Amino acid sequence: MSTGLLYALAGVLLFVLGAAGVVVLAHLLRKILAFNVMGSGAFLVLVGLAQREGVVDPVPQAMVLTGIVVAVAATALALGLARALHARTGRTGLSEGARLD
Amino acid sequence: MKALVTIAGLALAAALIAALLQLPPAAVQLPAQVAANMAQSGVEHPVTAVLLNFRGYDTLLEVAVLLLALLTLLTLSGGAAPAPDGGADALLRGVARLALPLIVLTAGYLLWAGAHRPGGAFQAGAVLAAGAVLLQLAGLLPAWVGPQRLLRLGLVLGFLVFLGVAATLLGGGALLRYPPERAGGLILLIEAGLTLSLGLILAGLFLFVTGRRS
Amino acid sequence: MTEAWLDPAAWLILLPLSWASLTFLAGPGRGGRLAIAALAVQCALALGLALEVAATGARVHAVGGWGAPLGIDLLADGLSAVMLLLTQAVALPIAVYAQAYFTDAHHRQEATWFWPLAGFLIAAMNALFLSADLFNLYVTLELLGLAAVGLVALGGGAAQIAAAMRYLLVSLVASGAYLLGVALIYGSYGTVAIATLGPLIGQGPPLAIWLAAGLMAAGLAAKSALFPFHFWLPPAHGGAPAPVSALLSALVVKASFYLVLRLWLGPFAPLAQTAAALAGALGAAAILWGSWQALRTRHIKRLVAWSTVAQLGYLFLVFPLLAADGAALQAGVMQAVAHGLAKAAMFAAAGVLMLATGRDTLEGLAGVAGRVPLTLFAFGLAGVTIMGLPPSGGFLAKWLLIDAALVSGQWGWVVVIIAGGLLAAGYVFRVLRQAFLVVPGDTGFQPVPRRLEWMAFVLATASVLLGLRGVELMALLNGPGDGQPIS
Repeated sequence: MSTGLLYALAGVLLFVLGAAGVVVLAHLLRKILAFNVMGSGAFLVLVGLAQREGVVDPVPQAMVLTGIVVAVAATALALGLARALHARTGRTGLSEGARLD
Repeated sequence: MKALVTIAGLALAAALIAALLQLPPAAVQLPAQVAANMAQSGVEHPVTAVLLNFRGYDTLLEVAVLLLALLTLLTLSGGAAPAPDGGADALLRGVARLALPLIVLTAGYLLWAGAHRPGGAFQAGAVLAAGAVLLQLAGLLPAWVGPQRLLRLGLVLGFLVFLGVAATLLGGGALLRYPPERAGGLILLIEAGLTLSLGLILAGLFLFVTGRRS
Repeated sequence: MTEAWLDPAAWLILLPLSWASLTFLAGPGRGGRLAIAALAVQCALALGLALEVAATGARVHAVGGWGAPLGIDLLADGLSAVMLLLTQAVALPIAVYAQAYFTDAHHRQEATWFWPLAGFLIAAMNALFLSADLFNLYVTLELLGLAAVGLVALGGGAAQIAAAMRYLLVSLVASGAYLLGVALIYGSYGTVAIATLGPLIGQGPPLAIWLAAGLMAAGLAAKSALFPFHFWLPPAHGGAPAPVSALLSALVVKASFYLVLRLWLGPFAPLAQTAAALAGALGAAAILWGSWQALRTRHIKRLVAWSTVAQLGYLFLVFPLLAADGAALQAGVMQAVAHGLAKAAMFAAAGVLMLATGRDTLEGLAGVAGRVPLTLFAFGLAGVTIMGLPPSGGFLAKWLLIDAALVSGQWGWVVVIIAGGLLAAGYVFRVLRQAFLVVPGDTGFQPVPRRLEWMAFVLATASVLLGLRGVELMALLNGPGDGQPIS
């Protein structure tokens, strides 16, 4: 079992933890942090699998750089929305299933 | 609900671990293809070559994603005026003043080094943005409002340069197809524009939002 | 290549990116005319591309000159050409609509950065339909998702922000699942180019590929608001400004459906049959649940949004019928196009009704028919497509679906399709009946710019006339002359 594969396995665990966190946690900030954990997990899988055979593959590393930038943009947007929601309503969570019908 | 998510998560994790342990050896070996084409790529570091040459189209779209995030933040905090700064610590102000030239120098170095070793426009832009945030926290730079015309120009300039180069190169046969002898120079031009714009965009993600109730 | 300068595929991506940046440069609320002019050019480009593909078959544009798997390929085949046509054909009238809509005093502050956001949305759609690289598709999906969230948040109120936040979280988890799928695929085969992957994924692929397919399908289904992942759509589409809702319901949700279709027909074809029945069942549930909710809601735009949930269910009914002899693929694409035009028309009409009555409720519509007859005619025409009445595009789509179901003996789907049509008639008539009520006295309706009504009418007429020219559209999917479906 190479170190690359170990990183990939860790990435898988982080991904599942993060995804579960986004679904289950109530506070918006925690959801956003969970999303970041989830993204890092996916990146770890990409980078870990790139190294498992000794010769380091630059293509997944470039993909992860792109992915990090996209995750930063998405996190900034999510934080902005969370702040805006808090400023307008004082709430720190989305009440799931609340319908404004 | 939590129980359901826990069970589903454990099952998914177990399946993924099993899948990873049984991975077949890869059928396509891209590192060899990257190495074979490095001479025509215009840079000497394989990751930079992939980012800006072989898969440069991804990079183009990724800058658009960042610009988009800033746009939405601008709509959210549009009308509110920033609260006036409390006076910052004198020590912080002094350190910020000392650090700023070093930050700019580091950013310039990262931009230049990207061709030969890890570095490039994104790293340089991030360092510049960190400098701007430091200045704002030290009270030396006011939170941004607007943005006014000059700032808007700075924000899109890198992207427009990238688009312009991509469109011009279309005549050579394909989108973003660099002629090998000029690839290095064009890539540096694109990265320089991107450094400026990314620095402003990333700084703006903080500076357009800070100090406001939003 | 002398033709590279004029390659429509590249310009369909470069043009919207350019006008998005330039309209940002122009300032808040400005840039509408530039956008409309550029969209007209894009319509011509999409038409040119479609004609070229119909004549000479699929075309590949290797970005950077490298070619897959080292570089990224853009693939323009019949399916991409049809989706590109839909995108530009909806975007142009909605842009004209939006320019008039945002000049209205009530909505001026919503216009701040509409044009750059819309430009990035259109660019993302075009890039997505042309891309043949799984990781590049991830980036385009994110671009599309963030642009859509930004547009939903334009309204600025607490409900819209909450809807945007919910949409963003669902979208991000879905993209994350898709990315993990791409990571597994790269780890297994060393490439993410669709053309290269096709031959590699043969019979009996490893577990990693099954999981990758499942993750990617789940993520894309959530982005298409397939039942039970539909909960984010009604608040988001129902609360946004009318032109935004039109773009979202008509175009954005179709993009992820297109990707599912592309992956299903392409690299994941050996795996496809396992999930066909599930996709069909979820589609049926979406049709029934969405139509039921549309019958119950009190708000006009919320009704139209629930109608979107229901109509998207028809798209997923295609999957169990693909293996049968019949035109299920053509039916699915025709449904996507017809619904896109009709739903854009419905939201445009709903926007006019809300401007005229000043409210969002069905009760407030009482008696408005006399003031905005063209709009109600447009709403009715769009309803004809949604219900599936001849000669509209919606009728052609549903007829082909029923035909495919009968040929393969799957009677259950026939019942669902017909039930869906009846329920659609129910909620369309809810709106029309209210509008045509005779109400005594002057009810204080506001005048509405004529241009808004005309755009709704144009879109609705297009969705109905589509049925008459449907054969040409479906021939595009089949490729040049040899009758083999393009996948």
